Amino acid sequence: MAAEGSNSIDALGQFQLHPALGAIGGSVNFTQSNLMMVVAGLLVMALLWVGMKPRAMVPGRLQAAAELGYETIMSMCVDTIGPEGRKFFPLVFTLFFFILFGNLLGVFPYFFTFTSHIMVTLALSLFVFILVTVVAIKEHGLHFFSYFVPQGIPKALAPLMVAIEVISYLSRIISLSVRLFANMMAGHVMLEVFGSFIVMLGGLGLLGYFPAALSLGVNTILIGFELLVATLQAYVFAILTCIYLHDAVHLH
Amino acid sequence: MSQDTGGPDPSFEDRLKAARSKQGLDAPPKSSLSDQDGVGGSAWGIGARVGVELVSALVVAVAIGYGLDRLFHTTPILTAVFVPLGGAAGVANVWRLFAPKKSDKG
Repeated sequence: MAAEGSNSIDALGQFQLHPALGAIGGSVNFTQSNLMMVVAGLLVMALLWVGMKPRAMVPGRLQAAAELGYETIMSMCVDTIGPEGRKFFPLVFTLFFFILFGNLLGVFPYFFTFTSHIMVTLALSLFVFILVTVVAIKEHGLHFFSYFVPQGIPKALAPLMVAIEVISYLSRIISLSVRLFANMMAGHVMLEVFGSFIVMLGGLGLLGYFPAALSLGVNTILIGFELLVATLQAYVFAILTCIYLHDAVHLH
Repeated sequence: MSQDTGGPDPSFEDRLKAARSKQGLDAPPKSSLSDQDGVGGSAWGIGARVGVELVSALVVAVAIGYGLDRLFHTTPILTAVFVPLGGAAGVANVWRLFAPKKSDKG
């Protein structure tokens, strides 16, 4: 992975996919990315199952975490979408925790961040986009298309505004996916670069020890920063989903 | 610890509220409501958000223009038409981010 003894930094090699689970995984193209997705899903379910098992009046740590997650997402749904938000709670909850665990798992050594691949985030945002559009059409029928005509514009400008609004609507797919992907990838590239600095400068001998220790410090800070970004981006993805759903349910 | 605010018997809720606001515990819900759209929060977050919005609208517009050009064999024209539209859509996205009170429109 890192530049082992050589003078080049292979910052992007960490994002390469390899078959996981031996020969079986190789034959069905089951990569480490898929493996991490399964692990993330299992961990979310474990958090909820194991956490909620005691059903204690005064929750323990895991139960408190599970309840906190539930209540945060529930209030996010209801506050942002409105009373109809309850319907979409399972979706937003799943999205938030899947992305959150994917991001957080990536911080561990030897683990892979599946959200650092644009294919994954694009699939997620396409799913959200299509769902939002379907919800809007189901709620409002053909009236949905009035969403693209802003109120109070001159008739002559309407074609231009409709084109702009349609492009702006479609750009949600890109902005939603690129935001998550770029944040995760940039963080891991930085980690890799500073990690390579430690190895390369440490190899220089006495002169390199101080800068090597400095990059180790930077990497330590970056890990903390990465934890923040992981949580924040999962939150952003979830709340943007909520905002889009709000637009779909209420139009304008 | 003991904060007797004079009143004979302020209800528990009132005292709890006063204590919470004193400790700054009530601040998070307020701020999360006020910048419901300005998701990023910090200047970096806002900057990244604006950049992503601008570029993504342009990317979509170029993709549409280029695709239609390929379809109708009118190579540069539709791309050239859609690029300014995409720029405008990007600006519209950014405006929507910072528009005053999105909620009282609907």
